[in-house]
Amino acid sequence: MCWLLEVNMRQTTSPNLLKHRLWLIVPAALMVGIFFLYPLGFSLYSAITLDDGGFTLSHLNKAFDLYSKDILFTIIIVLVSVAILAVLSITIAALITLSPFRSLTKTLGFLYRLPLFIPFIVTAQMMRTFLAKNGLMNNAFVASGLLTPMDTVSFLGWSGIIITFVWKQLAFSTLLISGAMAALDESQIRAARNLGASRLSILFQIILPQITSTLGVAMVLSIVTMMSVLSVPLMIGTGSPTMMTADMAFRINSYGDYHVANALGLVSYCICAGLAWFYLRQNLKEKGAN
Amino acid sequence: MSYPQTNSLLAKVNIRYLRPSFWLQCVFILLLALVLFGPIMNLLIWTVTESWYFPHALPSQWGFKYWQQVFNPYSDVSGSLFTSLLIAVLTVVVCLIVSIPAGYALSKRSMPFRIFWMLLFLIPQAFPNLTVYMNIARLFYDFGLNGTLLGVIIVHSVHGLMFSIWISVAAFSSTDPMLERASRNLGAGPFYTFFHIVLPQAAPGLIASSIFVFLESLDEFTGTFFVGSPNITTLPLLLYTASMEGNYQIASITALILLVPSILFMVIIHKFMKPEMLSKLGK
Repeated sequence: MCWLLEVNMRQTTSPNLLKHRLWLIVPAALMVGIFFLYPLGFSLYSAITLDDGGFTLSHLNKAFDLYSKDILFTIIIVLVSVAILAVLSITIAALITLSPFRSLTKTLGFLYRLPLFIPFIVTAQMMRTFLAKNGLMNNAFVASGLLTPMDTVSFLGWSGIIITFVWKQLAFSTLLISGAMAALDESQIRAARNLGASRLSILFQIILPQITSTLGVAMVLSIVTMMSVLSVPLMIGTGSPTMMTADMAFRINSYGDYHVANALGLVSYCICAGLAWFYLRQNLKEKGAN
Repeated sequence: MSYPQTNSLLAKVNIRYLRPSFWLQCVFILLLALVLFGPIMNLLIWTVTESWYFPHALPSQWGFKYWQQVFNPYSDVSGSLFTSLLIAVLTVVVCLIVSIPAGYALSKRSMPFRIFWMLLFLIPQAFPNLTVYMNIARLFYDFGLNGTLLGVIIVHSVHGLMFSIWISVAAFSSTDPMLERASRNLGAGPFYTFFHIVLPQAAPGLIASSIFVFLESLDEFTGTFFVGSPNITTLPLLLYTASMEGNYQIASITALILLVPSILFMVIIHKFMKPEMLSKLGK
């Protein structure tokens, strides 16, 4: 029996079989290569070349000329949403981890996951009605006497976009963060409690320093999501300024202008890359400091 | 919250519930619940609204008029519901065909450049994909794939590939390699072994990945917006068009149809995650 096993193990590591296994990946890799990497490369190429293939920065210039306001607006919206998202999801995750009230944490654990699988387009439609001038939110304020019908304002616009993004992404980032918190060694928290640390100082001095990388991942993924969602700015954002995704769609659908649209795409990659880089650097710095 | 408790901890529990932090947390949860349920409530109200004008806090006329309109067999909604389901099912099939072999191969640690391959399949989720979609649409236009079912399925499959491959790698990794080896040693061929020994063990994970891909495909908007229009109308596209035309009733009912699978899956996941959640709570 023993030699049989040995033969078999040798067989599984023989180069022939390895080649065989690589072959199993080929269809998937080809799909990603042809239908994702190639268009991705093409968009970068198209952003910085003329129709005859010469190098140019004119598309980028044009993109900045026309849409610099929207680029700034996009960055601000994304940063504000991410900041709110971080605070809220840390609060919820910390409550779930540290709160002594089990019945409350159970409710909270169910509640925050609610939007997890609700599609962006459905969220956008809900918010389009909820945040409008005669939406349920304003009506509730009026009914409770906080506002008169004449004072109500529509939240459709930049604030609506932020609310929608936070509402939708909260479940995902909280899930990641509370997962990371649950994976921490519990004896540390118990030890700190026994030594008299308050729950707040446990959060800031013991839990948060250990979950920064998960927090970073959650935030970077949320940023990428916000930068690629088209339905929310189209349905919630009204008028100008608007988000870059809406500009790109407009550029293509109205002018067929792929160069400027791709130049905007290049800018959005750079924003994502910049934010990801900032996170990585911050992470490395902290590691170096320790 | 002071429900009757018969055990001896009663006094202790009551003292805990009197602390201000308890009420603070209650208020927080209540606010969160309002924020989460508010928009959903508004959606539900719109689905049974016949007319709702500005200063009225609630619709002035309620009714199911629009439901009849939506579920009329000749309406746009039933047509695009069918298109959406067809695309989602075919996307799941494509993803499974491609990701079962890849997931199996990648579950072996001896795979050369394993990390590289795993990262490759992560890429479609790690870039803002709007730019990619508009360039795919341009490429597809040359091949006559724009506005065809096949084009939309390809776009959805690439988008879902990350879920299906990463989850199936995990599913195949959790299978017992000794069983596979035993089957081979007893004389079964590699294909027989795979289909009768390995695949059944990985099936739950593969089903989970299929559900993910199905939902992703059902909810996908951006890719379909560029590649599918104007010929392919899925539910999200129909919702968008109806909403932009100010036809909130149709948009809300469509949104509700899209919500059903999402909520269903949420509940299933919640059920599965319960034990893990309890352990998470520290006890």
